[in-house]
Amino acid sequence: MPWARRRIPLAWLLLVRQPVRLAIALAGIGFAGILMFMQLGFRDGLFDASVTIHRLFDADLVLVSPRTMSSISMAAFPEGRLVQSLADPDVAAMTPVQWEFVLWRNPENRRTRSILALGFDPEDPLLSDPSVQRQAPLLRLPGRVLFDERSRPEFGPVADWFRAGRSVQTEVSGQRLRVAGLVQLGPSFGADGNMLVSRETFRTIAPPGSRGGIQLGLLRLRRGADPLTVQRRLDGQLPSDVKVYTKDQFIEFEKNYWRTSTAIGFIFTLGAAMGFVVGCVIVHQILYGDVSDHLPEYATLMAMGYGLADLLGVVAREGLFLAILGYLPAYGVAQGLYALIRNSTRLPVLMDPQRAGLVFALILSMCLFSALLAMRRLTDADPADIF
Amino acid sequence: MTETPSLQPVIQARGLCHAYGRGTMRRQVLQSIGFSVASGEIVLLTGPSGCGKTTLLTLIGALRSVQQGELEVLGVPLQSADRERRRRVRRRIGMIFQGHNLLRCLTAEQNVQMGADLLPTLAYGERRAVARQWLRAVGLGDHLRQFPHDLSGGQKQRVAIARALAARPRLLLADEPTAALDGRTGREVVELLRRLARDQGCGVLMVTHDPRILDVADRLVTMEDGRLMPGALRQTGR
Ligand SMILES: Nc1ncnc2c1ncn2[C@@H]1O[C@H](COP(=O)(O)OP(=O)(O)OP(=O)(O)O)[C@@H](O)[C@H]1O
Ligand SMILES: [Mg+2]
Repeated sequence: MPWARRRIPLAWLLLVRQPVRLAIALAGIGFAGILMFMQLGFRDGLFDASVTIHRLFDADLVLVSPRTMSSISMAAFPEGRLVQSLADPDVAAMTPVQWEFVLWRNPENRRTRSILALGFDPEDPLLSDPSVQRQAPLLRLPGRVLFDERSRPEFGPVADWFRAGRSVQTEVSGQRLRVAGLVQLGPSFGADGNMLVSRETFRTIAPPGSRGGIQLGLLRLRRGADPLTVQRRLDGQLPSDVKVYTKDQFIEFEKNYWRTSTAIGFIFTLGAAMGFVVGCVIVHQILYGDVSDHLPEYATLMAMGYGLADLLGVVAREGLFLAILGYLPAYGVAQGLYALIRNSTRLPVLMDPQRAGLVFALILSMCLFSALLAMRRLTDADPADIF
Repeated sequence: MTETPSLQPVIQARGLCHAYGRGTMRRQVLQSIGFSVASGEIVLLTGPSGCGKTTLLTLIGALRSVQQGELEVLGVPLQSADRERRRRVRRRIGMIFQGHNLLRCLTAEQNVQMGADLLPTLAYGERRAVARQWLRAVGLGDHLRQFPHDLSGGQKQRVAIARALAARPRLLLADEPTAALDGRTGREVVELLRRLARDQGCGVLMVTHDPRILDVADRLVTMEDGRLMPGALRQTGR
């Protein structure tokens, strides 16, 4: 509609001239929006966090045991399988990796806590993270460890002490280890903290049952080789005591575990759905009450010659304005809460445009749906009643 | 639906009947009403309470569908007119109600512009100017930004008149517009209504109980028990 043809913005005026009602509506929509942002943010953050390290692996293909269900229950397989796969013409290099949860003693208060230890040969590339690559040679000395400074604080003030120049020593599985450097990986849903050691050191701290075999084999392909083709070929050739994934499949496999084998996805989606329902109820109450209160006025407009479509448009626009006005503060508050969550839980909970769009779409449909229900009240506006 | 030439009647009713309710509850309220109002004419309708005046007004205002008889308003036959046609007729009729029925959340100026907004050809700024001009015409040029809440009864009724006239109606229907006003204010409001309607050449049909304002009419019509009184179409002293 051209600007000159516009009319009095009745929907807008109805909203702003009833500030208390507007405030209640916006509080309700904002609350629903924040709830949805939080629940969906947590859900995605948890799924994302479960693959923080997976994403960093310097690999095209990944070998795991078929008994492995997820990163918190990694089974071992014979290292020979990795060597075998080197025979493939497209495979350029490999890195055997050991993966176990071990007990780390907080050097400050002496309490122990389970930490994820990765054992690898410092000469082999492990993670495509420059600071890891730079510091890996430090692990050639036995009893040295690279500590993930983004591990949860319960592991002790390791990073602070290390930066202050102190030599940080602690006990892992009863062995004395010394922090040789700090890396930045981040905790995941399964692991509160991470540390990297050489395979020699790993042998001294790994639980006795798991000292044979490796949990993970990383393969790097020649330039130009298609990972999917090689993955299929290797998976066919290698015996069934090992499974081959591309890196993307490996990441998806891990995420899928958390999605399907746990209630996380369901719980948080349910939480978001509840936010949606609560929002619907509040907006409907507000709009329905608004239409009911103004019924004589709507009837007057109809008597003046405004059509039902004009009035439906007013209610629909009220819904639209409520959606926009309610969404913006929810977005802002969610940004703040996300930052708070990142700081306190170190989960990668970020505002991504997809979720921002999804929540807006949910709020919009919530408001328009409620407006639609409220419109049914409009048919009660009989212009013949007003004389 | 062409414009009616000014000499043609704006209202023409023949054998108009209306009943409320069905079956045993059915009550005949209007019985073969026949009369007409010419363009630019001011007609007052009086009669005892419950005799059917408001019902007649809602029929003429195209707010109800005609049950029986013929009714032509502004050249449009309203018998068997559908909802949309009745709405289009309503656009050309100004209505003033007993209660002022202003929109609470709009200022006086915005309320009047709700009337002007029905004019399809004018730009927003022009419609706004029309609204101001009408408010000045009813003597409320200083109250443009006040809400109905802050206006007196007479002022509200004057805003309602401005709103009704802002849509450039060819016919004005008013149902006891002075009922909520004291005698002097009521008189002022009706005088104003008469002057403005006359300037616009717009026919007026006004229901009233107020004996003090009978003399503003060109004609007086009296109703009793759903019928027009015989010989009721009498000229007033004007
Ligand atoms: N919606 C309705 N349904 C049923 N009966 C109605 C309805 N509206 C009015 N009536 C009845 O029709 C009759 C005429 O009503 P109407 O309102 O036209 O009278 P009136 O002349 O305007 O009276 P008053 O001077 O008191 O306003 C009354 O007996 C009333 O009870
Ligand atoms: Mg009446």
